[in-house]
Amino acid sequence: MKTRDKNRTSDAIVVGGGLIGLATAWELREAGASVTVLEKESPGCGASRVAAGMLAPIGELDFGEPELLAMNLKSRELYPDFVGKIESETGLDTGYRNCGALHVALDRDESGELKRIMELQQSHGLDSKWLGPMAARDLEPGISPSLAGAVLVEEDAVVDPRALVEALRAGLSGRGVRIEISEATGLVLEGDRVIGVETPAGTFGAGAVVAAPGAEAGIAPWLPEEVRPPVRPVKGQVVELGGDPEDPACQRILGSERVYIAPRPDGRVILGATVEEMGFDQRVTGGGIHELLREAYRLLPDVAEMEFLGATAGLRPGTPDNLPVIGRTEIEGLILATGHYRNGILLAPVTAKSVAGLIGGEEPGAIGAASPHRFEREE
Amino acid sequence: MEIKLNGERAEIAEGSTISDLIGLVAGDRIPADRHGVAVALDGEVVPRSQWDGISPSAGAEVEVVAAIQGGSGQWELGGRSWTSRLITGSGGFRSLEAMESALALSGTEIITVALRRLDPEAQGSVMDVIRKLGLFILPNTAGCYTARDAVKTAKLAREAFGTEWIKLEVIGDDRTLLPDAPELLRAAEELVGDGFTVLPYTNDDPILAARLEAAGCAAVMPLGAPIGSGAGIRNPYNISIIVENAKVPVILDAGIGTASDATLAMELGCAAVLLASAVSRAENPDLMATAMKHAVEAGHAARQAGRIPKRLYAEASTPDEGFPGLG
Repeated sequence: MKTRDKNRTSDAIVVGGGLIGLATAWELREAGASVTVLEKESPGCGASRVAAGMLAPIGELDFGEPELLAMNLKSRELYPDFVGKIESETGLDTGYRNCGALHVALDRDESGELKRIMELQQSHGLDSKWLGPMAARDLEPGISPSLAGAVLVEEDAVVDPRALVEALRAGLSGRGVRIEISEATGLVLEGDRVIGVETPAGTFGAGAVVAAPGAEAGIAPWLPEEVRPPVRPVKGQVVELGGDPEDPACQRILGSERVYIAPRPDGRVILGATVEEMGFDQRVTGGGIHELLREAYRLLPDVAEMEFLGATAGLRPGTPDNLPVIGRTEIEGLILATGHYRNGILLAPVTAKSVAGLIGGEEPGAIGAASPHRFEREE
Repeated sequence: MEIKLNGERAEIAEGSTISDLIGLVAGDRIPADRHGVAVALDGEVVPRSQWDGISPSAGAEVEVVAAIQGGSGQWELGGRSWTSRLITGSGGFRSLEAMESALALSGTEIITVALRRLDPEAQGSVMDVIRKLGLFILPNTAGCYTARDAVKTAKLAREAFGTEWIKLEVIGDDRTLLPDAPELLRAAEELVGDGFTVLPYTNDDPILAARLEAAGCAAVMPLGAPIGSGAGIRNPYNISIIVENAKVPVILDAGIGTASDATLAMELGCAAVLLASAVSRAENPDLMATAMKHAVEAGHAARQAGRIPKRLYAEASTPDEGFPGLG
C-alpha cells in the first residue's frame, strides 16, 4: 500500500526546513548521506525569517548559563567555515560579517547593569572592554550623545538569516538534496526503530529522522508523545528599517538594555526584539513596534530618518532551562534538534555538525548538555 | 464503600473525590478556602491540582491535615489566610527552570502575573510552572496608563484567570513607572464597585493610601522605591505612617534590592512584601529567594518582639549591681 520507490528513500530525513533543519541537511550531505527535507510551508518561514542573526555569545551572556555559553562559543567558532563553504559553493552572500558589537549604557542605571555583565564576561575570560562616551562615539558616531559608557565586544558577529536560508537552499539543491513541501503526519516505526515519515503525499523512507520543528516541537502531533520535548513558543517582534549602504546607520551590532540594532550589508537595520509568553500568537502589535522604535531612537536617533520597511513576529522554541534539545531519543534513529530559543541562528552550525555526527554513530560531544533525556527526571 | 479517613473508618459514596473527602473533615479544622491543607492517599501526598480528579478506592487510607491551624504565623488578605508574607512577581527570570526553583525556595504562596505579557492558555509556559507549584495567581494591570485601560484589563484578567483579585497598577510614565494617583483612585473605586478584591500599587503617600482604603481596597501597596530600582525603602517614615493608619494590610511593593530592605519593610509593620527583580535578576536567584524568605520572617518576628528604644549612650547589658540579668 505504501509507496517505497527509490526516490522516496534516503539515508536521512530532516523534518522542518528552518535554518536548523537546512543546516543539518547540509552537514549530513557533507558527511556523504543522501538526505530529504520535509517542510510543510516554505523553507525558513518560521523563526529563521524573523531572527536578527546576531552571533553574539559574549554580548548575550547571562548569569547561571555556563553550558549555553560553551555551546554558543563553539558554534561561533564554527561559523566562518560554515558560511564560507556555503558562499563559495553557491556564490551567494549570507550577510555574515565580523562586525563586532557595542553595548551602550544610556544612563547611570544602565551603566551599573552593563558593568555587571562585563565583569561576568571577563570572569569567563571573554574579551570585552569598557569604553567611555567619547571613545564609544568615535567608533559609532550615530549613537546618542548622552550615553554613560559602552562595552565593546569585537568577536561578536552578524549574519542575515534569510540570506543564509536562501544560500542553503541553493547549496542543497546543488548537492542533490530534495526539499519536499509536505507535512509530516506520523512516523513509520519498525519495533522501536524509525524507518520513515508519513505525509499526505505518501511515505518517505529513511534510516534516520531528524526532527527540527522549531516552536511547534512541544505539540507536533507526528512526534510520539513520549519523545515530544518541553518546548514552548516565545513570541518575538522585530522592526526592519531601510537605509543607505554607502552611509550605514551603524557599523556594529548596537545594543542597549531594551533593544538591539543589527546592521545588514545593504544598509537595512533590524530592531529587535520583544520577548512575550503569548502561546502561538504571531500578531504584530502597536505596543511592540512602539517599544522597539522608542528604544532604538533613544540609542540611535538616526533611525527616525530611516525608511520603515515592515515589522514581523515569530516564535522562538523555548525550553525550561534555555538550552536547546539536541540528541537521540527513545526511538532508535530519531534525533531531536529544536528548542534553540534565542540562539537558533548562532547554534545552527554546532547543531548541524553534532546531529550529523550522532547519525554517524559519534558521541554527542559539544552538545552533550542539550540531551533530550535531561527532562526525564522531572515528571 | 468504606475507607479510612484520618485514622477512622468512614463510609463514603462511590466515586467521591479527594475534594469531597476534605468536606467531610470537621469544618473548624479546615479553613473554608482550604488554604494550607495537605492530603495523603495511602501515604502519598496528592497535589492540590488532582483533588478533583482522584477518587480513593475501597479500603484506602486518606489523611487530611491542615498544615498550620490558625496560629500567630498566619495573616489575612482579601478574606483568606496566608502563611508566607512574601509575594512574588513572575517577571525577569532567565528561564522557566530558574523561576520554578527560586519560587519554590522563596516559600511564596501568591504570584502576580501581567495579563498583557502572558497568555494564560499557553501550554508549557509560565502558567504551567505556577500551577505546578500550586501558587495563587494575582493578575496585575502592568502597562496600563489610564483608569479606563486598567479597568478593562482587570475585567479581561477576571475572565482569563477566573479570579476577582486584581493588583491594580496605573502608571504615570514609562521612565519612572510611578503610579498616577488620580487615575489609580478612579480605577480603584470603579473596580471595588464591580466586586473586585483590589490591591493597589500606590505611592508612599499616607493620604492617598487612606483614600484607597476608604474606597474599599483590600490592602494598600506602597512602593519603597521605583519598580526594578532596587533602591530600598526611600521614605520609611511615610511607610510607618501608612501602617499606623491602615486597617487593611500594608504590603510593601517595589524597590526591594536585597534582604535587609525586605526586613526593614516588615520591621516597619508591613504585613507582607512584594518583590520580583531582586530575586529574578540576582546573580543567583535561588540564594536570593532563600535570603528573602528568611528576611521577611526575621523582620516580622522583630516587629512582634518589640525592639529596644534607641539611646545615645551605652547601657551595659550586665548591670553593675545585684545579679546579672537573665535574658
